[in-house]
Order: sequence, then structure tokens, then C-alpha cells
Amino acid sequence: MSAGRLRAARRIAVKDLLVERRSRVLVNQVLPFSGLVMVVFAFALGTGGVLERAAPGLMWLAVLFSTLITVQRSFAIETADGALESLRVAGIDPVALFLGKAAALAVELIALITVLLGLAVVLYGAEPRAEGVVLLVTTAISATCGLAALGTIYGGLAAGGPGRETLLPLLILPVAAPVLIGATRGVEAALGTDRTAVSEGWPWVGLLTVFAVAVGVSGALAFGTLIED
Amino acid sequence: MDGSGGTPAGDATSGAAAVEMNGVIALLGGFPALSGLDLTVAHGEVVLVAGPNGAGKTTLLNVCGGLVPVARGSAHVLGVDLTGDRAALRHRVGLLGHRNGLYGDLTVSENLTFWSDLVGATPEETARSVEAAGLAGRLADVKVTALSAGQRRRTALAVLLIRRAELWLLDEPHAGLDPDGRGELDALIRLAATSGVTVMLASHDLDRSRDLADREITVVGGAVVEAA
Repeated sequence: MSAGRLRAARRIAVKDLLVERRSRVLVNQVLPFSGLVMVVFAFALGTGGVLERAAPGLMWLAVLFSTLITVQRSFAIETADGALESLRVAGIDPVALFLGKAAALAVELIALITVLLGLAVVLYGAEPRAEGVVLLVTTAISATCGLAALGTIYGGLAAGGPGRETLLPLLILPVAAPVLIGATRGVEAALGTDRTAVSEGWPWVGLLTVFAVAVGVSGALAFGTLIED
Repeated sequence: MDGSGGTPAGDATSGAAAVEMNGVIALLGGFPALSGLDLTVAHGEVVLVAGPNGAGKTTLLNVCGGLVPVARGSAHVLGVDLTGDRAALRHRVGLLGHRNGLYGDLTVSENLTFWSDLVGATPEETARSVEAAGLAGRLADVKVTALSAGQRRRTALAVLLIRRAELWLLDEPHAGLDPDGRGELDALIRLAATSGVTVMLASHDLDRSRDLADREITVVGGAVVEAA
């Protein structure tokens, strides 16, 4: 990976985060939406230990739904005034563009997941245990990388097309199933849900890592073609 | 070029025409949007592309920018053969369509700094471009969403200056601008042209654009029918 490419990717990521800091869409819209989803799950499943057992899966469902909005927002800023087209026309390295967009998305998702983990503790009674902290953090990071790479691929693919708001969930949700399953199992093991041992979570982290690397490499290679008209 | 952010890097091709097209056919969805178009544009020339809606003006600009492939015929832009690796051309041309390609939540300065960093322009080059576009001072810290249409257009052209684009392809650059905005835009295009930038502008605002252009061509049915 050349230094120029990494520098361009970093610049694109910083720009995306600056746009978010200015617009505060993540803070004012995505986070409240995610919180509401968590609360609605709590209303639907009620008490009796069901919530505590289902907490990892519900949290990752909320993350997945929020990812869809975050990805849409990430590419809306590129398409609103034709910025993506300008970058494309100017011959900006598509690999750098992919890496930069995915990195910014990953930072935003990590912030989101941190808040949702806190909400899972408060609303669902999920209790992190000391021996599971490393697994919890590793699961969150590897799942985030996979979702960010996946979201960037499909966000780019849908960016120029008609009906992109409805197309994006149809594209992302089926392919994100391995992340949902792996991250849920990983967090279950980290929290000890149903007396799961921490060691049972690591194979799922392996799956998440393989997924993130495969999707990341594929995305970097294909992004230039995907964003062409 | 004074205030342009640098001299266009077109020395390698300065002897040849900036645009040389012979019998170019370009297809859009199977339809021949350009049908045997012949065109030669010299370096540093400002050419007005006139013609009715659907005549192929925008397609011509997109072909020149390497965005639409040439299906048949020969086409060279800035010395790059468009029937080969069109991507090699992209960092040398600037295409400005109906949208400005800016980030509305960022300030003028932040938008231009973003592009400067991406293309490796020096702070001095960036400052000269900002000055040339009349965006220095108070305007630099204004969010793009708070700018007038003319100021946004000038910011977009400042990006082309920062990118040191050798060929400017402007599609209806005066659209949506008030008389003051049009005047400011024209001044910037003239400045770029005097520095050696080649400009092709498609416009319906013929009176205004004729003042800017060295030459006018009329495109009808995907071919040049008249050149003056």
C-alpha cells in the first residue's frame, strides 16, 4: 500500500468525520433511532429473563439497522451535490476512496456500538464480566470492520442508482447475516449468556475477521468499477 | 498562471491539438448520442458548444472527460487516446456539470483544503487559487450551503484551479446565476483561458458565452454541423 494512497484515504476519512461533526446527523438522528429500536425491543419482549438472554442479538440487530442509515448518510453527502462524481472524474484513487469511506464509517459505528452496549446493560440487564472484556472489544472491532467494508461496497454501488434508499437494505441485510450471527455469538460468550464460556466466542471472532478481510479486499479491488456509471 | 494555482501541465502535448476527434460515435444506452463527430480544439482555445437540447453537447463533454467511451472513430484529448486507457486522462481534465461537487456542510476553505490535500497542491498554490476565484477573506469561512449560486460556482471552479486541470469542460456554467454571478464566473473563465487552459463550454446562454469564446461550434444530432 503506497503512502500516497494511505494519505488520500486518511484525508477522505477526516473529511467524512468533519462533515459528521458539522451536521451532527449521527448524534441527533442515528443514535436516537438506535436507542428507540432498543427500547421498542424491550417493550416487545418484556421481562422474565428473555431480554437478558436475547440482549446480544437485539443489540446487533439495532446496530445493523443503524448501519443502514449511517451508510445512506455517508453516501448522501457524496451524491447531494455530485461530489462523488467529481472525485471519480478527477481520477481520485478508488482504493483510497473505499478505505477512507470505510474507515470513517467504522469510527462512527464504533461510537454507536459503545452507546448501544451501554443501553443493553441499562435496558436489558446484560452484565459484562471481567474475563470477557477482551473478547467483547475484539468482537465489536472485527464486526465493525466487516460492516463498514460491506456498507461502503453497497453504499457505493447504490449511490448512483434510482431508489437507493430502498435498495440498500435489500443489498446489505442478506450479506450481513454472518456478521449478525458471529457478533451475537461472540458477545454472548463475552457476557456469559446461558453460561457460555469465553473460549466459545473466539471461533466467531475468527469468522468475523475472515469476513472483514474478505469483504475489505474485495471492496478495495472492486470499488472503482462499482462507482462507475 | 497568476492566481491559477499553477501552470497547466500540458507541455508534453503543447504541439498537438488539445482535442482531436474524427468520426467519433458514442453510444448512450445503445443510442448514438454522437454520430460521426469531427472536432479539433487548439490548446488554450475557448470553444462554445451550442445546439438544441438532446443534440449531444453534454455527451461530447463527457467523451472529452473520458467518462463516456468512444464506440467508433478516433479521439485524442490532451494527447491521450480515448479508445485506450481513458482513466489516464482524468486527473488532467475538469468537468463541471449542473452540480458543483462540493460538500455543503463544510466551509469554502475546508472544501478547497480537502482537494488541495488530495491532489498534493501546495498551500501557496491553494492560496493563489482562492484569491483568483475571489474567495479569500470572509467568504473562506462560510459554509457552502450559505453561499449564493454564483459563489458556489466560483468555489467549484477554484477546485479546478487547484487541480491544475488543463481542459475545462463546463456544462451550462451560467445556469441559475444572477447577472453578478455570471460576471464573476466569466472573469474566472477568462483568467483560466489567458493562462493556457483550454475551455469547452456548452451553453444555451449564447449571447453571454459568445463574449467568452474564441470560437463557436453547433452540434445537432450528435455531429458538428457548423463551426465559426
